Amino acid sequence: MSGMIKYVLKRLGIILLTLIIIISITFFLMKLMPGSPLANAARLSDTQRQVIEAQYGLDKPLIVQYWNYVVNALQFNFGNSFQFQNQPVSTLIAQRIGPSAQLGIQALVFGIVFGIGLGAAAAVRRNTAADTGLSIIAVLGVSIPSFVFAALLQYYVGLKLNWLPIAGWEGFKFTILPTIALGMQPMATAARFIRTEMVDVMGSDYIELARAKGLSGSDIVWKHTLRNSLIPLVTLIGPMAVNLMTGSVVIEKIFAIPGIGGQFVSSILTNDYPLIMGTTIVYSMMLMVVLLITDIVYGLIDPRIRLSN
Amino acid sequence: MAELNQATPADFTLLPNDRKRNNETIEKPSLSFMQDAWRRLKKNKGAFISLWIVVIIALAAFLTVPYANPTTTSKQDVNQQNLPAKVPGNIPGLNGMQKVDGQRFDAYKKAHVKQGEYHVFGTDQFGRDIFKRVLYGTRISLEVALIAAMIDLVFGVSYGLISGWKGGRVDMIMQRIVEIVSSVPNLVIFVLLILILKPGLFSIALGISLTSWTSMARLVRAEVLSLKEQDFVSAARTLGTSPVKIGLRHLVPNISSTIIVQLMFTIPSAIFFEALLSFIGIGIPVPMASLGTLLNDGQAAFQFYPYQLVFPAIVMSVLMIAFNLLADGLRDAFDPRTRD
Repeated sequence: MSGMIKYVLKRLGIILLTLIIIISITFFLMKLMPGSPLANAARLSDTQRQVIEAQYGLDKPLIVQYWNYVVNALQFNFGNSFQFQNQPVSTLIAQRIGPSAQLGIQALVFGIVFGIGLGAAAAVRRNTAADTGLSIIAVLGVSIPSFVFAALLQYYVGLKLNWLPIAGWEGFKFTILPTIALGMQPMATAARFIRTEMVDVMGSDYIELARAKGLSGSDIVWKHTLRNSLIPLVTLIGPMAVNLMTGSVVIEKIFAIPGIGGQFVSSILTNDYPLIMGTTIVYSMMLMVVLLITDIVYGLIDPRIRLSN
Repeated sequence: MAELNQATPADFTLLPNDRKRNNETIEKPSLSFMQDAWRRLKKNKGAFISLWIVVIIALAAFLTVPYANPTTTSKQDVNQQNLPAKVPGNIPGLNGMQKVDGQRFDAYKKAHVKQGEYHVFGTDQFGRDIFKRVLYGTRISLEVALIAAMIDLVFGVSYGLISGWKGGRVDMIMQRIVEIVSSVPNLVIFVLLILILKPGLFSIALGISLTSWTSMARLVRAEVLSLKEQDFVSAARTLGTSPVKIGLRHLVPNISSTIIVQLMFTIPSAIFFEALLSFIGIGIPVPMASLGTLLNDGQAAFQFYPYQLVFPAIVMSVLMIAFNLLADGLRDAFDPRTRD
C-alpha cells in the first residue's frame, strides 16, 4: 500500500510540473503577443498610465509578473476575459463546465456500455454474419469523424424525421443526439477491443477448464470470459478521454451546447487570450486527472499490475 | 505391432540415388519479408480494396491540378447559386431537379445553365462547383497529412532511436518529456502553436505532428530497447560502426514494419484532426479549402441544400475508412500473429 501512495505522490508531482510548464508557456506566449492593452493610450498622462499599470501589476519586473501569474493560475485565477468585459475567466469556465462534463460522461458511458455489448456479441458469434456486421460498424465508428456523423444525425433524425431536437440544451432530450455523435468513436473502439480480448480469453486454459467442469455456455461467457476481458478496457479510457475532449469542441459548436468547448472556439477566434489560457490549463488538468485515476483503478482491479513499478 | 512384424522386405522400395541430393532444396521460391507481407496483404480483401481506393482518390486529387486549382475552385457565378447535383443521364436524385414548397422544377433550366453543362456534386452558395472544390480540398487534406507524417517519421523515429539507444538517464529524461507532452490534450498544444504561427499548410501539419510524434517515438524506443541487445548489433559495435550508422543501417530496417504501420495510422488521424480544425475555423485559411472547410460550409447550409454536406462527407468518410482498413491490413500483414 505504501508503494501505491508513493506512486500516486510521484504522479501528482509530475502533474504539477506539467501544469507549471504549460502555465509558463502560456504566460510567455501572452507576453510575446504583439500589442498591449495600453498601446492605444497616447492620450493618457504618465500618472494615469502608472495608475493603470499598477492596477494590473504591469509595473513590476517580468519575473515578478510571471511568479504572480503562476501562483494565481494554480488557484484557478486566470484574470479577466477580454471579450466579456470584466468577467473573471474562472467564472466563465465554471458557468459552462456543467454541460461539457455531462456530455462527456454520457458519451463515455454510452460508448463503453454499447461497445462492451457489441464486442461481446461479436465474440460469442465469431466468424458469422453478425460478427462481420459488427466489425463493419466498428470500422465505420472509428473512421467516420464525429462531426460528420453529428451533421448527418442532425439532418436525418432531427430535421427529416423530426424525432429529436436539432440543437440546444434544455433537457435530456437535447442531449441524446450529441451523446450518440460523440460516443460513436469510444463505442467502436471498445467493441473492437472487447471482441479481440474475448476471443483471446476464450482460447485460454481456464475457459477450457470451466467447460470441462460442465458450466453452462452463458456462465462461461458472462462470469469468466467477459469479466477478464473488461480489465484491460480501463487502459482505453485515457485515450478515449483525449478524443472526447477534442471531439466535444466541435460537437458543442454543431449542437449549440453552452459548454467550455464552444466557448474555447469563440475565444480562439476573438483572440481572448486570458480565456484561451484558462481553458487550456483546465483541459490539461482534467485530462491528467483522468489518466491518473484510470492508472490507479487499473492497479486496484488487476493484481498483476504493480503500481510501484 | 503384429501387422508390422508381418512386413516383408518386398513392402519397401529403395529410394532412388539422386533423391538424396534433392531433399535439401526448398521447393517454393523464397520470399523476402516485404514480398511475404505483400502476399498476405493481397489475401486481405478489405485492405486490398482499400489500397486501391486510396490510390485512386490520391491520383484523382493530385492529377487534377489543372482542372481543380485555387483559380478554378474560386470562380464564382451568381447565376448558378446552390444548384443541385446533375450528371449526364436522367438518374433520380442526380438530375438537377429541386423541390421547393412541394413543387419540383429543373433548377438548371431556371438558372439558364447551358445544355450539357453539369455540376456533378452541385454548386455552393457562391455558384462554385463543389466537385472541383472536393478534389482540391482532398488534395490539401492529403498534403497536410503527408507533411505531418513526414515530420513524424523524421522526428519521432530519431527521438525513439536516441532514447532507446542511449538508455539510462538520457532515456529517463526523454521519456518524461514524452509523458508530459502526451498528457496535454492535442487541441491545446495546437492552439498554443497557432497563436504564434500564422495558420497555413505547413504550420497546421507541424501542429498536428507536435502531438502525434510521441506514439511513434514510444514504439520505436520499445523496439530499439530489445533490438540493441541482439548479436548483430554487438557485432556491428565491435567492428567499430558509428552509432548513427548502426541506427540507420541496422536498426531502422529491422523496425521498418512498425514504422510503416504507425505512419499509416498517423495519416488518417492527421486528416481527421485537420478537418476538425478547419471545421471550427482555426485550420486552413480561407482562400484555400480542405475537406474540413467544405464540411463546415456544407453544415451551414445543410437544412436547405443537404447535398452540399453529403458529398464532402462521403468523400471524407470513404477516405478515412480506406486508410484505417489499409493500416489494419498492413499491421496484420507485417505481423501475422496479431490476427485474431
